[in-house]
Amino acid sequence: MTLPAIRRVSGIAVPLRGDDIDTDRIIPARFLVSITFEGLGAHAFEDDRRSLKAKGQTHPFDDARFWGARILLVNRNFGCGSSREHAPQALYRGGIRAVVGESFSEIFFGNAVAIGLPCVTAPHEAVAELQAFVEGTKDAALSLDLDAKMLTVEGKTVSVSIPENAREAFLSGNWDGTSMLLDRYDEVEALVKRLPYVAGF
Amino acid sequence: MAATLFSKVWDLHTVRKLPTGQTQLFVGLHLVHEVTSPQAFEMLRARGWKVRFPLRTVATVDHIVPTASLARPFADAIAEEMLASLQENCRDFGVPLHDLGSSEQGIVHVIGPELGLTQPGMTIACGDSHTSTHGAFGALAFGIGTSQVRDVLASQCLALDPLKVRRVDVTGALAKGVYAKDVILGIIRALGVKGGVGYAYEFGGEAVSRMSMEERLTLCNMSVEGGARAGYVNPDATTFAYLKGRPRAPVGAAWDRAVAWWTSMASDEDAPWDDRVTLDGGALEPQVTWGINPGQSVGVTGRVPKPSDVVPEGRAQVAEALEYMGFSGGEAILGTKIDVAFIGSCTNGRLSDLREAARVARGRRVAVGVKALVVPGSQAVRAAAEKEGLDAVFRDAGFEWRGAGCSMCLAMNPDRLEGRQVCASSSNRNFKGRQGSPTGRTLLMSPAMVAAAALAGEVADVRPLLGDGG
Ligand code: SF4
Repeated sequence: MTLPAIRRVSGIAVPLRGDDIDTDRIIPARFLVSITFEGLGAHAFEDDRRSLKAKGQTHPFDDARFWGARILLVNRNFGCGSSREHAPQALYRGGIRAVVGESFSEIFFGNAVAIGLPCVTAPHEAVAELQAFVEGTKDAALSLDLDAKMLTVEGKTVSVSIPENAREAFLSGNWDGTSMLLDRYDEVEALVKRLPYVAGF
Repeated sequence: MAATLFSKVWDLHTVRKLPTGQTQLFVGLHLVHEVTSPQAFEMLRARGWKVRFPLRTVATVDHIVPTASLARPFADAIAEEMLASLQENCRDFGVPLHDLGSSEQGIVHVIGPELGLTQPGMTIACGDSHTSTHGAFGALAFGIGTSQVRDVLASQCLALDPLKVRRVDVTGALAKGVYAKDVILGIIRALGVKGGVGYAYEFGGEAVSRMSMEERLTLCNMSVEGGARAGYVNPDATTFAYLKGRPRAPVGAAWDRAVAWWTSMASDEDAPWDDRVTLDGGALEPQVTWGINPGQSVGVTGRVPKPSDVVPEGRAQVAEALEYMGFSGGEAILGTKIDVAFIGSCTNGRLSDLREAARVARGRRVAVGVKALVVPGSQAVRAAAEKEGLDAVFRDAGFEWRGAGCSMCLAMNPDRLEGRQVCASSSNRNFKGRQGSPTGRTLLMSPAMVAAAALAGEVADVRPLLGDGG
């Protein structure tokens, strides 16, 4: 079964500075007690947002300049920590449709791909420049082109990287891992016949 | 060619190499519980998929169960909704459910072995990190996330990268009062909480060969706390004796063929392990954690470390743990006051665990001011313990005797610590806030040690209380 292809994500970007932002910060554990992922969007970075507010500061997710953002700009090792898929879900349900960063934790990256949230990387200087640019420019619109591996902002382009198989998956609409496992299912059925404990001892 | 059990089982279950470079692995047994499955079932509905192998899928309810009263609806509306949703999903998708009130309900990692569902040579997956438990039978058992739960429901397969294998030999004979829990705490301290990342741990050696299946379950349960996503023990006569006659074990001529096949799946003598380490089991004493991860433990006669006792890179971590736990560093762990004692969990909630704790509690009294609870890992454990009169031993000593569930192992049901309470616990995680209070403190130890702490009202050495008889 093929899902819609994902070729291009355009919109406002929200900068989130810092290395090693873990999944507990993206979505605190108490929001895991639920039977759906619905409503998670509102709680993304909840504890970070609260503690900044208490100090009289504003988290980028609470900053009116970035409301409606579709692209998230992060730094190194984003999404480390526990394997909870609630983390990319919370971002996606909060409206984020692509993440641009210096690097991603492997598990976070895999979970994000599986829900149709492309994560692409760019060198440190490029990310820092982008973060500074969106902070200083009202309603700056970014456009990520997965086909060309380019990020365009105000006529300027930055080249970005994404593992080829993930890029392929988005472009062909095969980003959902389950479909891949259901392809060529006759091979699974053949294997099952060889397993003594399934076929019968 | 000589091979490890890991690679034999992996190869046998490999469907194909995926375009992503990962391996498509068939899952022989999928265990499902109420916390990580609802979203996965929802995704199946959205895509119009069915559960591909409903009879290789088994569900139960454990995490949210209030073990003091099973009256429905539960006081917690979300817990009630989670249980109702599991019941509906199992009905709609044809998945067998060991529901509340069933004699086969219990913690998913306790009932799998009990029912004979867990067998050597299998691949097993469950949306819970302590799935490594089932490796005690010589199965490859992985904890998975919710979208992988969906993958397995829909395709009975996982996309995975292979692990390396580290052989961990535990030599010698364990001294009196030293249990599998102490062995795994010792291993995690020696190798580190991240030492097993990228590895499966293969446990062997004299001490492991001598362990009962229940002890091996404890050992494999906590592999994941050492960073190893899977842990296993090669199947042997102890494994087969445990399985024989279990509800889902093969019978008659099929039994003999099964034993021959299971035996053939064990690692060969000269298997190419990627790494090998040895731990002297005979030198271990009962262990107690003093910090905020399961690697931060000391022998019961030892002292809590000071930051200056460790390498410079580790000092901040020790200081953070001391501050959270309220230790100043350098004090003896013996005599640490406790408020709560918890015996239970998928690590140590089995019959032999309760027997050892009861041996300590028999004829004695829980210290004034200590809340002590015993929560059997399953209804079957509870029934067996009651048949032996263990419930009376515990009640007479002042322990609460509960229904089966995860209880105070984590903060998803009514059993929780309050404020900065200190809990002597037979569970597996001493993370900050794990037992339900954001400032609550956990000291991990064996069930017998928990019983000793409950009686003394403080961390105590269980060995003098055990009397003779090993
Ligand atoms: S007893 Fe604890 S570790 Fe085990 S399954 Fe339940 S919550 Fe998880």
